[in-house]
Amino acid sequence: MIANILFLILLIAGSALFTINVRKVIRNINLGKDIDRKDNPSKRLSSMIKVALGQSKMVVRPVAGILHIIVYAGFIIINIEVIEIIIDGIFGTHRVLSFMGPLYNFLIASFEFLGFGVAAACAIFLVRRNIIKIKRFWSKEITSWPRTDANLILCTEIALMTAFLTMNAADYLLQQQHYEHYISVGSFPISSSLIAPLLSGFSLPTLEMIERICWWFHIIGIVSFLNYLPYSKHFHIILAFPNVYFSNLNNKGKFTNMEAVTKEVKLMLDPNANPYAAADPNAAPVHNKFGAKDVTDLTWKQLMDAYSCTECGRCTSNCPANITGKLLSPRKIMMDTRDRLEEVGKGIDKNGKDFQDGKSLLGDYILAEELWACTSCNACVEACPVNIDPLSLIVDLRRFLVMEQSAAPQELNMVFNNIENNGAPWQFAQANRLKWTEEN
Amino acid sequence: MNFTVPTMADLAAKGESPEILFWVGCSGSFDDRAKKITRAIANILHHVGIKYAVLGTEESCTGDPAKRAGNEFLFQMQAMQNIMVLNGYSVKKIVTGCPHCFNTIKNEYPELGGTYEVIHHTQLIQQLINEGKLSVQGGAFNGKKITFHDPCYLGRGNGVYEAPREIISKLDTELVEMKRSKANGLCCGAGGAQMFKEPEHGNKDVNIERTEEALSLQPNIIATGCPFCMTMMTDGVKHKEQEKTIQVLDVAELVNQSIK
Ligand code: SF4
Ligand code: SF4
Repeated sequence: MIANILFLILLIAGSALFTINVRKVIRNINLGKDIDRKDNPSKRLSSMIKVALGQSKMVVRPVAGILHIIVYAGFIIINIEVIEIIIDGIFGTHRVLSFMGPLYNFLIASFEFLGFGVAAACAIFLVRRNIIKIKRFWSKEITSWPRTDANLILCTEIALMTAFLTMNAADYLLQQQHYEHYISVGSFPISSSLIAPLLSGFSLPTLEMIERICWWFHIIGIVSFLNYLPYSKHFHIILAFPNVYFSNLNNKGKFTNMEAVTKEVKLMLDPNANPYAAADPNAAPVHNKFGAKDVTDLTWKQLMDAYSCTECGRCTSNCPANITGKLLSPRKIMMDTRDRLEEVGKGIDKNGKDFQDGKSLLGDYILAEELWACTSCNACVEACPVNIDPLSLIVDLRRFLVMEQSAAPQELNMVFNNIENNGAPWQFAQANRLKWTEEN
Repeated sequence: MNFTVPTMADLAAKGESPEILFWVGCSGSFDDRAKKITRAIANILHHVGIKYAVLGTEESCTGDPAKRAGNEFLFQMQAMQNIMVLNGYSVKKIVTGCPHCFNTIKNEYPELGGTYEVIHHTQLIQQLINEGKLSVQGGAFNGKKITFHDPCYLGRGNGVYEAPREIISKLDTELVEMKRSKANGLCCGAGGAQMFKEPEHGNKDVNIERTEEALSLQPNIIATGCPFCMTMMTDGVKHKEQEKTIQVLDVAELVNQSIK
């Protein structure tokens, strides 16, 4: 009875905490500017099914891709087991779903194979990160916290899977002895052969204790893990889906059109416009900030991108600027954006929504030098397995530098002058545009 | 050139309008190397007898470098002035000699009031070949090893990977792919207005990285479809002192030298 109550408290407290934290993330994402990403639902759905559910961009790198699919499939499917754990926990039953008979045996057996696969894949991932030291996991922005985060996730998954298999092994041994309520159900192909032999020396009450400890460890582990997600790159297991759904459907080469600019340019080009005309007294006095200086100047989708980033570094390892030693790393752009957004979110929690700390994404996190190294080649966008668009952030930050601060590199200012004065980035006269026809 | 290139103004004066406008672009108009590509494209258009015209002195920068650099004001000023000219001539279809012009006019002009059918010159050439209006033979390039460098704004930017490759495959050449090609292609280093500035501090130039990758295949020719890529790859090949053995050519030049 006490166990049941403890279990319920754990479940309710865990879910409540998770809800509170997710709400904070949603609140933070909604600090972003509006952008319409609701058009064309069928195309969005199919891209979500392909890219998020089907992991189509993961397998571009086959080793990591296939290992990831094992962990991903295992994680989702084994969570069916959690349904049983919850029912058992609340009602004090044991393996309540075993009435399904052969289907139950099949499910438990497949969970065992998957569980083993997940643990093995995570072990390989740990080796890749910490022993082989694959370059993209050791770049500058992967400081000690992101490294710890990744290792923590992998170790937790291995621990959860080990507990799951150990629980089954103990159960299996207890079943064989027909101990108390441990009736013979389920099929344990992995645990019976791999783990049960290690436990066979223990007495029946000890085995029961092991079984119970693993059971509790498994569910406590899952609830804690759930609450760890919002603080971790592992949040992508949830956000990958909406993030792909709402991702850009246009050609990648197309940059967003700035309507606020269009209005002003039309006025400038319109010979009939009267620049001295009194402003519409009813119009709200809006200050249009051009481009982005801080996270609140970005769109909600760009902020969702930041929370969805898995820190995998595929973007950065394909980035021509990064490959050639420039300061720019598209992954860092995304990680900085999330860090800054978290900082702003915490500030709002403490000091209310008008909070200012005098800091900003541009300058305090991301430097102009990083932004000016980008060739706008879209390699990062193409590489990202969850359709994040680091380039759109880079461009919005550049827009702020150029249009609000006139802080373009000197050579680019010359280019701007040339385009404005003679219609070409170089100092050639427009009148000479047909000269190519006169030569051979 | 041994034929006159018609301008829109010429045609309009005669009360005519072309089937397609050839948008030359700034590089194609002013850069000595790129001008050769422009002449190759014009020669192809002239050869197939398609009714085309250029804007000539009425053409102005599309605004691409300004837009990528973050100067939306300047971009929109350029775009709207160009759109006024294009709409003034009721232009319907445009072929560009540059993937940046192609991308900008195709994707970014519609929201500012300029909607046209826009294709890149490799797409037009592919169409002409497929329709039997243009026939090519290997000739000069028979058996040559060619690798194609994907311009970012043609490939990843707009999903055009096959047109240039299909054309090259028609020339009895051996097309070899770099490891980073098509969607995974590596930039030449010129996009995003980098063409016009010194690179940021790093340990290598992007065009050298890309040229080394191309050279590792030991090709006779590095082909591309962008005047900026042309500059970057040509410089890269020179830097590696390979300009005597390896040519950098635009797909239009390959075709122009292979017309049957
Ligand atoms: S678009 Fe910019 S940040 Fe992204 S890969 Fe290319 S150069 Fe790097
Ligand atoms: S932006 Fe995408 S590719 Fe880059 S680290 Fe994040 S998840 Fe990976």
